[in-house]
Amino acid sequence: MGRFFVQRLGVAVLVAITVSIIGFALLRVSGDLAADLAGEDATPAEIAEIAALYGLDRPLHEQYLTWAADALGGDLGQSLFTNEPVMDLILERVGVTILLSVYSLVLALGIAIPLGVLAAIRANTSIDRAALGVAVFGQAIPNFWFGLILIYLFGVLLRWLPISGSSSFAHFILPTVALGTAVMPALMRLTRTGMLEVLEADFIRTARAKGLRPGAVFFKHALRNAVLPVVSLSAVSLGFLLGGSVIVETVFALNGIGLLAYESILRSDFPVVQSILVFVSLAYIVLTLASDLINARLDPRIRLG
Amino acid sequence: MAGGLFANEFRADAPGPGEIMRRRGRSHVGFLAGTGFVLLVVLLAVFAPWVSPSDPFTQNLDARLIDPFWAKGGDWAHPLGTDSLGRDYLTRILFGARISLTIGFGAAIISGLVGSTVGIIGGYFGGRVDAVVMYLINVKLALPGILIALSLVSVFGGSLIALIAILGFLFWDRFAVVTRSVTQQIRGQEFVTAAHAVGASHTRILLREILPNVTSHIIVIASLEMAIAILVEAVLSFLGLGIQPPTPSWGLLISEGRNFMFFKPWLIALPGLALFFLVIAINLMGDGIRDITVPEGRGR
Amino acid sequence: MTSERDTILRVRDLSVDIPVPSGTLHAVRNVDLSAIRGRTLAIVGESGCGKTMTALAVMRLLPGRARLRAREIGLEGTDLRSLSDKAFSAIRGNRMAMIFQDPMTSLNPVYPIGDQLEEIHIRHRGSGRREARERAEYLLARVGIVNPGTRLRQFPHQLSGGLRQRIMIAMALMCDPALIVADEPTTALDVTVQAQVLHLLKDLQAEFDMALILITHDLGIVARIADRIAVMYAGRIVETGSSRQIFAAPTHPYTQGLIDCIPYPGKTERRTALGSIPGIVPSLVGDAPGCMFRNRCAMAEERCRDGGNVERSVEDGHSYRCVHPVERLRGTMVPS
Repeated sequence: MGRFFVQRLGVAVLVAITVSIIGFALLRVSGDLAADLAGEDATPAEIAEIAALYGLDRPLHEQYLTWAADALGGDLGQSLFTNEPVMDLILERVGVTILLSVYSLVLALGIAIPLGVLAAIRANTSIDRAALGVAVFGQAIPNFWFGLILIYLFGVLLRWLPISGSSSFAHFILPTVALGTAVMPALMRLTRTGMLEVLEADFIRTARAKGLRPGAVFFKHALRNAVLPVVSLSAVSLGFLLGGSVIVETVFALNGIGLLAYESILRSDFPVVQSILVFVSLAYIVLTLASDLINARLDPRIRLG
Repeated sequence: MAGGLFANEFRADAPGPGEIMRRRGRSHVGFLAGTGFVLLVVLLAVFAPWVSPSDPFTQNLDARLIDPFWAKGGDWAHPLGTDSLGRDYLTRILFGARISLTIGFGAAIISGLVGSTVGIIGGYFGGRVDAVVMYLINVKLALPGILIALSLVSVFGGSLIALIAILGFLFWDRFAVVTRSVTQQIRGQEFVTAAHAVGASHTRILLREILPNVTSHIIVIASLEMAIAILVEAVLSFLGLGIQPPTPSWGLLISEGRNFMFFKPWLIALPGLALFFLVIAINLMGDGIRDITVPEGRGR
Repeated sequence: MTSERDTILRVRDLSVDIPVPSGTLHAVRNVDLSAIRGRTLAIVGESGCGKTMTALAVMRLLPGRARLRAREIGLEGTDLRSLSDKAFSAIRGNRMAMIFQDPMTSLNPVYPIGDQLEEIHIRHRGSGRREARERAEYLLARVGIVNPGTRLRQFPHQLSGGLRQRIMIAMALMCDPALIVADEPTTALDVTVQAQVLHLLKDLQAEFDMALILITHDLGIVARIADRIAVMYAGRIVETGSSRQIFAAPTHPYTQGLIDCIPYPGKTERRTALGSIPGIVPSLVGDAPGCMFRNRCAMAEERCRDGGNVERSVEDGHSYRCVHPVERLRGTMVPS
C-alpha cells in the first residue's frame, strides 16, 4: 500500500507541474503581456521597458521557473485590472466558492444516496423508473438556465428567496440547487449500480442465510460496499464543482472565484485567470489523492493489501 | 450413449446477436423516443430555411416582443412571438438548432477520434505507452473544463470552427478512459492472442480485432459527449464568449432574453426547453444504444 | 427405521418456476426429500439440474422472480410455508444454516471475520458481544483454526480459501442448527483441502447431531459420506435410494452414467476414456412431458416421449423414474 501511494503521489506532482505549465502557457498565448501592462497608448520603448522590468524579455522557460518559484512562495503576481495581488483577490473570494461547492455536494449526496439505494432495492419498479427520470432530468437540464428558472420562480413570482449576492445562507439556496442538480445524477447512478451489484453478491446471500433482518442486510452489509466508489466520485465531484461553479456564480452574482475568473476573462486579466485555473486544478489533484486515502480507510482490501 | 433415438431433440435455435439487438431496439421506449426526437430536430435544422416562417436576421422594430400564440397579444404570424428586435422567435430557435447540432456532432467526432486513439493505444500497448496515456488523462481531468474553454474562447474567438475545435479537444477524456479499459480486456482474449500467433501486425489487430469491439462503446460515449458539447456551447454563448450575435444560438437567445425575463419569461423558457429536450433525447438515445448493445442485457 | 421425531426436514412436492422472456422455466419439479438427524442426504446432479434451487427454496433464498410451490416444507414440525418472511428469518441461521460454494465471495470483504460470526449469535440468541465472541472463538478452534482470537480480527481477503470455508462452517454452527445445507462446499477449494473439509463436516455432524444435506455434482465424494442419495436431472429427482442401493444397483441410466464418470484407482483401466455423458441438457422452459434424459440416453424408446416420469420402486427406499424394466437394466449394465 505504501508503494501504491508513493506512486500516486508521484503522478499527482507530475500532473500538477504540467497543469501549471499549461496555465503559464495560456497566459503567454493570450497576447503581449508587456503591452497590456504598459497600457493602450504606450510607445514601443515603454513596452520594452516594462518587459525588461517584469523579465518578459527573458527565455520562456526562465520566465516559467521564476513564475513558479514566486507562486510557490505565495506570490501569484498582480491583477492587470486592479493592480491588487492575485493571491489576495483569490483568498478574498475562495470561501464563497468552497461553501457553494460543499453545499451542492451535500445536497447532491443527500438526494443521490437514498434515491440510488431505493432504486436498487426496488429495481425495475415504478420507483426505480422515477429515480431514473430524476437522473435524466438532472443530467439534461442546462444549469445556467435552471438557475434562471429558479430565479424567476422563487425570486420573482414567489419572492421567497434572494436572487443575487452571497451575504446570507438564504443566498446560497438557489445556487446550491442549480449546481447540486448537475452532479447529483452521476452520484445516484453510481449508488444504484453499486447497490445492485452488491445485492447480487454472494456475501449478501450469506447475510440473508444468517437470518439477519433486512435492515442489517441492506444497510450494514450492502450499503457499505456500495458507497465505496461513491466516496471516490464525491471527491472528484467536489473538484469539478470548484471549477464548474463559474456558471452558477455568474447567474446568481455570487462573489466567488468563478465569478472572478469570468470577469477576469472578460477584461483579459490573465494573471488572475491563470492563477484560478492552476488553483482549481491543484485542488482537484489534492482531492483525488484524498479520496484514495479515504477509500483505503474504508476498504480493508486496500488498507491491509 | 450417443446416437440414441432422441439424440437430436431439445436443440434450441438461439436468435443471432443482430436479431436480439433489433428486437431490443424495437421494444426500448427510451431509445425509440430519444432517437425519434433527435431525428425530428435534425430534419428541422436541415430544412430550417424552408420550414421557418421568416428570416432569422430580419429585424422589425415595430413588432418587438410580440407574445407567442397562446398568450393574449399573440398571433399566428409569429407562432412563438418575436424578440426584442422584432425577429421571429420560432425562426431563431429553428436556426439555433443548426448551431447546436453542428457543434455537437463536430465536437463529438473530434473528441471521439482523439480520445479513442489515445485510449486504444494505451490499452493495447500497455507499459510505458499506457503510463503516458494515463498521465495525459490525469492532466486533462485535473483541468477545469469550463474555465479552460472560456479562456480559450476568449483568446481564439467564438467562431463555429474555433468552438468545435476547442470543445473537441477538451472533452476526449471519457473516450480515452473507456476505450482504454475495454481494449485492455479484449487484448487478453483468445482471438487476439490467436491473431498474434498467426503473425498479424499491430495495425491489423488494432483495426480488425480491437476496433470493432470498442465501436459500440464509442458510439454510446459519442452521444453523451455530443449532449455535453451542446450544453457547453450554450453556456459559452450565454456568457457572451461563444457564438456572437446576431447568429442565433440557444445559449445566446437565453442571454438576450435574460434582460426581459421578468415580464417576458418565455424568451428564456423556449430556447431553454429546446436545449433541455434535445439533450434529454440525445441521452435517451445513448442510454438506449448501450442497453441494446450490451451483451447480457443487464445494467443501464 | 427412523422415528418421526428424527425427521428434521420433510419436503413434499416442491416445484420452483421462474418466469423468463420465453415462458416459464421449471427449475425444480415435484421434488420430495427428507433429512434425518445425524444422517447425510446427498443431492447429486450436473449444474443446472435444480439442486441448488431446491436448497435455496428450502432456505427461502430464491431469487425474487422465482415462484415456489410445495405441499409441505416442514422443519422440526413447523410448516415453513406458513411463516412470514420475518418469522422465517428468525429460523434461518438459527435452526437451519447454509454453507455456500465459493468461500472467496461469500464473506463480506469490509468487515472482520469476528463481526460476521458474532452478529448471528447476537441476532438469534440476543446475546452480548462478549458471549458471541466466546462462541465464535470456540467454534473457530473446533473447525481446526489455530489462533482463533487473531483470526477473528482479520478480514476475509487475508485468509486462504480453505480457511474461509472453515469459517463458513463455523458460521453455520453458531446457533447449533438442526439442519445444515452445504451447497458444493468443496468445489472451489484445492483438491488437497477438499477431503479435509468433507471430513470436518462429517465429524461435526456427529458431534452436533445434525441433519446434513450435501449438494454436489461429484458422485465420487458422496460415496464416503452420504447415507442417502438423490440424483437430480433437469429439475426432477430421477433416482433416490440409500448410498449402498445406488452404488450397488443404479437403476436410472443417468445414475449409471454418473457412476461411469468416477475414476476408480486400480479398477479403471489405464488409457480408457473416463465416462462422460454426451449430449445437451434440455431447456427447462415450458412443459416437457416424458423423460427429459431421452435425448442423451442410449436406451431411449418411443414410449420415453410421454412416459418415464412415474416413480417406480425397486425395493424399500429405492425408487427411480424410468420406463425400462429393472431387470433389463440390471442385466445390461451391472453384470453380477
